[in-house]
Amino acid sequence: MVDVAVITGYGLNTDYESEEAFRLTGADPVRIHINDLISGKNSLENYQIMMVPGGFSYGDHLGSGKVLANKFRFNLRDDLKRFIEADKLIIGVCNGFQILVKMGILPALEGEYFSQSVTITYNKSGQFESRWVSMKANQTSPCIWTKNLITPLDAPVRHGEGQFIPMNEAILQKLWDRNLVVFTYDPNTYPNNPNGSTDGIAGICNESGLIFGMMPHPECHLIPQHHPQWARNNNPDTTGLVIFKNAVEYAKKNL
Amino acid sequence: MADVHRIEVGITQADGVKNAIKSDLGYSVEKVLAINVYTIEGGNLSSSELDFLAGEVFSDPIVEKFTIDSPLAEAFDGTVVEIGFKPGVTDNVGRTSKEAIKDALNKDVTGAYYSRQFLFYRTSEDVAEKIVRDLLANSLIERWVVKSGVEYMGFSPFIPKVILNTEPTVEEVNLNISDEQLIEMSKTRLLALNLEEMKALQTHYKNQKNIRLQKGLPANPTDIEIECIAQTWSEHCKHKIFNALIDYEEPGRSEQIDSIFKIYIRGSTEKINSPYLVSIFKDNAGVIQFDKDHIFSMKVETHNSPTALDPYGGALTGIVGCNRDPAGTGKGFKLIFNTDVFCFGSPFYEGEIPPRLFHPRRVLKGVHKGIIDGGNQSGIPTVNGSLYFDKRYLGKPLVFCGTGGIAPTRIANKLVHEKAPNPGDLAIMVGGRIGADGIHGATFSSLEINENSPNTAVQIGSPIVQKKMLDFLLEARDLDLLNAITDNGAGGLSSSLGEMGEEIGVQIDLEKAPLKYSGLLPWEILLSEAQERMSLAVSPENLKKLIELTVKHDVELTVIGKFNTTKHFQFYYNNRLIGEIPMEFLHNGVPQKKMKGIWSPKPEEEPIIPIPEDYNILLKKILTRLNICSKEEIVRRYDHEVQACTIVKPFMGVSNDGPSDAAVLKPVYTSWEGLSVSHGMCPRYSDIDTYAMAANSIDEAVRNAVCVGANPDFMAGLDNFSWAMGFTEEDEIYYTGLLVRANKAVYDVTTAYKVPCISGKDSMRNDYRIGNTSVSVPPTLLFSVVGKLPDVRKSITMDVKHEGDLVYVLGTTKNELGASEYFDELGHTGTKVPQVDTNTAYQRYRKLYAAIQDKLVISAHDCSDGGLGVALAESSFSGGIGMEIDLRKVPKDNISRDDFLLFSESASRIIVTISPDKKEEFEGIMAGTDFAQIGETKGLEIKITGLDGTNLIQSEIAELKQAWKGTFQFLGGKE
Repeated sequence: MVDVAVITGYGLNTDYESEEAFRLTGADPVRIHINDLISGKNSLENYQIMMVPGGFSYGDHLGSGKVLANKFRFNLRDDLKRFIEADKLIIGVCNGFQILVKMGILPALEGEYFSQSVTITYNKSGQFESRWVSMKANQTSPCIWTKNLITPLDAPVRHGEGQFIPMNEAILQKLWDRNLVVFTYDPNTYPNNPNGSTDGIAGICNESGLIFGMMPHPECHLIPQHHPQWARNNNPDTTGLVIFKNAVEYAKKNL
Repeated sequence: MADVHRIEVGITQADGVKNAIKSDLGYSVEKVLAINVYTIEGGNLSSSELDFLAGEVFSDPIVEKFTIDSPLAEAFDGTVVEIGFKPGVTDNVGRTSKEAIKDALNKDVTGAYYSRQFLFYRTSEDVAEKIVRDLLANSLIERWVVKSGVEYMGFSPFIPKVILNTEPTVEEVNLNISDEQLIEMSKTRLLALNLEEMKALQTHYKNQKNIRLQKGLPANPTDIEIECIAQTWSEHCKHKIFNALIDYEEPGRSEQIDSIFKIYIRGSTEKINSPYLVSIFKDNAGVIQFDKDHIFSMKVETHNSPTALDPYGGALTGIVGCNRDPAGTGKGFKLIFNTDVFCFGSPFYEGEIPPRLFHPRRVLKGVHKGIIDGGNQSGIPTVNGSLYFDKRYLGKPLVFCGTGGIAPTRIANKLVHEKAPNPGDLAIMVGGRIGADGIHGATFSSLEINENSPNTAVQIGSPIVQKKMLDFLLEARDLDLLNAITDNGAGGLSSSLGEMGEEIGVQIDLEKAPLKYSGLLPWEILLSEAQERMSLAVSPENLKKLIELTVKHDVELTVIGKFNTTKHFQFYYNNRLIGEIPMEFLHNGVPQKKMKGIWSPKPEEEPIIPIPEDYNILLKKILTRLNICSKEEIVRRYDHEVQACTIVKPFMGVSNDGPSDAAVLKPVYTSWEGLSVSHGMCPRYSDIDTYAMAANSIDEAVRNAVCVGANPDFMAGLDNFSWAMGFTEEDEIYYTGLLVRANKAVYDVTTAYKVPCISGKDSMRNDYRIGNTSVSVPPTLLFSVVGKLPDVRKSITMDVKHEGDLVYVLGTTKNELGASEYFDELGHTGTKVPQVDTNTAYQRYRKLYAAIQDKLVISAHDCSDGGLGVALAESSFSGGIGMEIDLRKVPKDNISRDDFLLFSESASRIIVTISPDKKEEFEGIMAGTDFAQIGETKGLEIKITGLDGTNLIQSEIAELKQAWKGTFQFLGGKE
């Protein structure tokens, strides 16, 4: 059985549907409060996959994801390091993506973890965006989570801070050269690119492809009836479930 | 200042502010930049620690710069302002900053405070001052400093700390005074009690004298007793008007009504007695059975008075406050959706704004931001709502917030909807700390707004503190650690513990209550409405486990008393008894209010309406009206689908922008059973008759639910009255008459439709008077409905779907243009307000439900504001397919004009499309009701043939849609 830790606490709020997503793949997901990891009541050691779901940790104060990222970084650095070194899988969605980026485990170029090289900040529109978007997956990406995702994936975004910005051109170039850009908004125009992200980047992974983050919510597209076009029979066949299935299949074979 | 540091972080382009200055105030500012300022007090931070905090905690290394104890901005041609909170106002960012510092340095600082700095380029200090006052800050809760940019050298730190030098004392309140003095006391102490109620107090204390003296209490009440009683007896908590004995007269009859609530609302629910009712009118929210294993709970609240003072804080507190109702019902529900309905003055209002009021545009933006923050940050999807505009809401905006929750039927083999504290249980408070926030909130909302309104009435909620608390409470519930739970809303601890201990008695030790700052009086601690708090009854043996859970969830818990068998509410401070009220007197001692209500129909002439010249222009004009146009610019800012349960979202249709009639949720992941969430509201109909206003509101809410496929025989309603009482005795008689009329409709329509009310709320005094300006809101009933769907896969949306489908109208269109959008557009009210024929409507709804279950229906859309013309246009352009319609085929009664037929708002009508091959089957099911096929879907235009057979309307749907979406474009983030 593949054990999945879905992190909760401090305003994370898509933990239930994230748990459901993994449950539908046949894995054994558990919602775990970050403080249970910090206090030692539970340990990341017991899991093959960690998901940091979406939400509003600390109300986005001091920048989205920032304060919870620091909580991870200052309290669970060694646990995370061991988790990563054991080639286990991590996904961050929306606030979870912001957290992974701000604690510096994504993209962690050259394996340099806990050093921030990109950021996710306020939408160019200056406002919270709640709408469905369409994404194209990079077929050449090493990302485990998006294997064989040939068709576009639709999912909702719900964020005020989703604009992806790299520290500089060199970082951006490396992300492209190494195929670490996993998802781009397609078409790359507002409102389908809801936040003005550089190059329409919606999700990235690290060089091993095991650690992955994205702004849209695949855990909110698990059944056809989640899609806003379902009542018109105009929804695509691909749902977000494929992302969770890929990870669980990988964990079953390799971990 | 010693041991105080300022960290400034930025600099960001504040284009949103720049655009708002232009659109709302009319000033062109060349450039606006924003800087975040964190002021840190105490902790003896070293310069390396400060560097670490600024770099690793407060700034984003990729996009931000920072300075420590020096200004980030250099001198420039313009004006710089800094806005921070006044002492005692909730500073959510400051609170997070303090926690973040602790995480980073493992060190506590005394305080951390947030302020915002703006740089206005090429702007004078006068203009900057005006921008701050009229757009960016609220003087009730914020302070600011304006400086010239030219010689700018930074700001000195300011610590907004509350310092109260009062010693906690208890005052005796002398009631041995004249009637005039009693009335005066009620006013000056903000008790909001009338003479009869003051005299009931007087008599009670006279009778209790000996018992009190024996216990060491003064014969007169202490301040804490009188404050507790006044708040428990407030209109807000006791619904004295809904429970009043009313002498009612209308032409040809008079009657005495012993409680509107008992007769018309509870009376209706008892008569209907639906099998799915679980717990009604006795808890914080009503409870019904959802499926075998789950119960559902819902509450809708108003938060009008606080919103008038601070639109952002009022709305934010409104939504997170309403969340605590289902969360505090039974042993607690998991919250699954929010709804919100606002009534405002026009955002395009150009007249004078009376003192102490905000421009409706500012109210709208503030409320909007409050709901965005409150709903989104709580992780609860906003699935349904509306905005309604009328100039009379200028005096008091109405903000209705609703929340639904779901819970297992049983936990640990006990029914979750049942709760009761046992004698010996600990009385526990969890969540936020107590400050002077919101003291007198309950009594304040029972008074009209005037010059002396206390600014403690403003509170700002923290969705994140609450989210942590609600996560904690759900886990505690699942571990069966709670015997009872209730929220601290209006009246604070005095309400929550007073209600929980009503049957047995409770003692509260006020010195144990956790405070934000010292110096609060015991009665203030009891009454504070500081947010994010719940009260619990817990068996002593469960305390240890509960405390462990609070550590995990980072939630504060305090044992503040004990339930007992005294049947008294007992107040102790440092082990001294400072007050004691018999529960019986507290809860049942308030004398029944006696009122008079008179209603007579308004003698208004039916206006003479000229025949319109161009129906294409007319339809487009109607589509742009505030109460009809698209609200997408507002609603797109809310999260609609967190928790992954939303099946019919606020917007569906080919471009995801068609306005859904109701939301459909699938609250249990492993089941296809669903819930619809809808509402109805028709305030303008009150200008003719509040009976019709209420009847149409209920019909609209039910109809919206039917349109998405809910079962008309499995629905429940919530009634929210926002009324006015005016300023004189005659006003009160008049509005009471209107209230009785409305409630007669509630009884008649809910019993006819068999839709029981499960919960409700009233906000009775939405009047404004300062100086010579007085405004009262139109009597408003918001009726919300939840309905059951056996299978969400059979939900129906409002958009047409294929070319060649047949368009039907269900129901008859009558000459009922009174108070319609069409007449209002022309400046008339009229007399013939829509009447609800419940018998035919109920049959129609049941048959449509059967047709939907048989998969015969492709789309269904409610026909309401703006009538057939608007409903047809919306269905058509939302589906991206035109229509050809022949008005001659519309079932009608006493109408001979095209404009009346198009824009009459007759009740209970629905536009439906079906596939041509289902025609016979569909018509077979609908047989026996009024309906007709009036056209078909075709092309990209709406073509409507008039009664004389000529072409009345021929408009491209894209053009109509553009008009309909244009009204609120000014709110968009883009320039």
